[in-house]
Amino acid sequence: MTFEEAPDAFRAQVRDWLQANCPPEMRIPPLGEDDICWGGRRWVFGSDAQRLWLERAAAVGLTVPGWPRAYGGAGLSPEQVSILDEEMLRIDARSPLESFGIWMLGPALLRFGSEEQKRLHLPRIARGEIRWCQGYSEPGAGSDLASLSTRAELRGDHFVVNGQKIWTSYADQADWIFCLARSDAAAPKHRGISFLMFDMATPGVTTRPIKLISGKSPFCETFFDEVAVPAANLVGPLHGGWTVAKYLLTQEREMISGRARGLHDGRPLRSIAKELAGVEDGRIADPALRAGVALAEIDAIALEATIARYVDEAAAGQEIGDRSSVLKYCNAEIAKRRQGLIVEAAGMDGLRWDFQRRDGAPVAQDWLRSRANSIEGGTAEIMLGIVAKRLLDLPGS
Amino acid sequence: MSMTPTDEEAMLAASAGEFLARRAAPKDLRSLRDERVALGFRAELWHEMAGMGWAGMLVDEQHGGSGFGHFGSSLLCMEMGRQLSASPFLSTAVMGALALRGAKPGPRERWLRRIADGEAIVALAVDEDRRHAPARTRLAATRDGEGFVLQGEKRFVIDGQAADAFVVAARTAGRPGDAQGLSLFLVEAAQPGLAVRPLDMVDSRAAAVVTLDGVRVRPDDALGPIGQAGPLLEEVLDAGRLALAAELAGIADEVLRRTTDYLKQRRQFGQPIGSFQALQHRAAELHCQVELARSVVLRAARLRDRGDPRAGLHASVAKAKAGEVARRTTEEAVQLHGGIGMTDELDIGLFLKRARVAGALLGDRDFHADRVATLLDF
Repeated sequence: MTFEEAPDAFRAQVRDWLQANCPPEMRIPPLGEDDICWGGRRWVFGSDAQRLWLERAAAVGLTVPGWPRAYGGAGLSPEQVSILDEEMLRIDARSPLESFGIWMLGPALLRFGSEEQKRLHLPRIARGEIRWCQGYSEPGAGSDLASLSTRAELRGDHFVVNGQKIWTSYADQADWIFCLARSDAAAPKHRGISFLMFDMATPGVTTRPIKLISGKSPFCETFFDEVAVPAANLVGPLHGGWTVAKYLLTQEREMISGRARGLHDGRPLRSIAKELAGVEDGRIADPALRAGVALAEIDAIALEATIARYVDEAAAGQEIGDRSSVLKYCNAEIAKRRQGLIVEAAGMDGLRWDFQRRDGAPVAQDWLRSRANSIEGGTAEIMLGIVAKRLLDLPGS
Repeated sequence: MSMTPTDEEAMLAASAGEFLARRAAPKDLRSLRDERVALGFRAELWHEMAGMGWAGMLVDEQHGGSGFGHFGSSLLCMEMGRQLSASPFLSTAVMGALALRGAKPGPRERWLRRIADGEAIVALAVDEDRRHAPARTRLAATRDGEGFVLQGEKRFVIDGQAADAFVVAARTAGRPGDAQGLSLFLVEAAQPGLAVRPLDMVDSRAAAVVTLDGVRVRPDDALGPIGQAGPLLEEVLDAGRLALAAELAGIADEVLRRTTDYLKQRRQFGQPIGSFQALQHRAAELHCQVELARSVVLRAARLRDRGDPRAGLHASVAKAKAGEVARRTTEEAVQLHGGIGMTDELDIGLFLKRARVAGALLGDRDFHADRVATLLDF
């Protein structure tokens, strides 16, 4: 498929394409993380529509529209990508595929990977064939990520990896992992880390799901015991993994706030609140709740406008860079507030495990899940620290 | 819909910022205040601003303006917020110019041209009570032959003391609280029965009480349709709200800049206080909020320029958000400056007071949150 260059012609073209190819069932915002297409070797499609939508989008590179065509993308410009986003949003089309490969590893490989690594891994991410997980946090290395202690010892043509990761999202369902390991114990902590990729089926890798306050287990502990990783799976320079890791974290933060619009349940807070709290004379019955919802809607519009502004400014040459911390921080606070208001709207029913909204979303579980928004991917405090030091240029202590 | 300025808009903002820093900065507001200048701004400076095309930014070319639009004028208002610039831009160039679009061809031609040239000050007289509530307008317009007689009082009329004419919101039908039955009349300041009494606002913004005691107006003085001027009034108010939101976003941005500068300079316990995490996080949180405020203003301005039906909703979003952010930022700025933040000598207090007044004018956060809820149907 050849895409039109001119913005108006491109818009008309994707509008037609979406009309013809996006199944009606995929034009409803997903209900939550369980309702998203993640792909992978063991993926079981939730519906025929989900499979069809992935196949059609992947065939023309639209699972990763901004990546080069050679690696499974559509080679679109940032402006074209935002037009595509607008057109998808207009009809409530979901992303055909979401994954850590798309959000994090892909951009890192595009910048730091070898040609061979890009050709091998990127198309498989684009087609949803391999599901990736991220091995960053460790029991002793959370916010202070660079103090990680998982070891990678280079022995000839391969590394031997030993150690433990924690909060590995969906590690039990992932096919491959990208992870940080200490390759030089003698170097200062940021300079002895390497970025490695390997198959989760490699002998010595085990995972154990962690039960969370929501009752769900989206995160795992992951253990490495004498895991042999080919040296060719090193991304970036030996001991130079921290640069790759930082870049990837920036991507993750942009993703969490930007592309995640489709990830979180996309129904307007106001309609959920009306459903749960009831309506009198067209208004949410409880005036205090109504005011709270209005202020939350205002902040949600403000965040959405800020994302749009940063994207426009990026297209004009000003990279989002450290400003992704602003987006990540605001997004987490708004997401938590939203879930808190939904519980409030549902009253005592909202605090029952089995209570669901009319659309099937579990109110209490979603609320409990949302408390992690300001912890995962860098805590609110880490984000504010980045804003203070890098954007406001305040001195270190 | 791009949220980045065009080259022309960026140039305007840069040159305006430079001009205002030289000519209409906080020290100039201070001297207006200390000399008790009755108009609240310098008339000769307004003529200079008009000479640069600012007074006619929202007046179309056929009436002598530039038709530059709301995005450009919002960038200008941000700069004015940064410098606490005193001028009749809000009353005349924004609300006056928009209201007069609804005038009959004769007066429209005459007044718009005078506005664009900086020759006339036109003030909107809408509020009657302590809080902004246009639908509760009581000021009566009673039919008298061909025309009407106006009877009532308007408060917090911005630039009332300088105005050559007023755009007066009056009730020709219905009861206070009804959105229907409102009319707008253009009333010249010299008309018999009209009196102006200045109000002394905490931020030195020029505002007045205007009493209309049996003031006669002709059908030709009406702006928009008699009894159905609600939509025109709403458009005028929304343009004013957007301008105030832009001013508030500028205030917040400037105050945060001044505060972070202070955090870097001020030393206690042997180190700059900006190295303390407790203060860093407060400044960083404010930075995030300031970013949101800028975005809602620019989004609302672009929508207004495009004639988008959501422009009213977004004007309220912008006014609510920018008002809240400016209030928080200025309040935090006083605290983060410590004792010196309480002194009249430091400019921070001027920003605190202006943010509070601009935040309440034409509807505070609660007013606009309620309107957002109504417009979004909840």
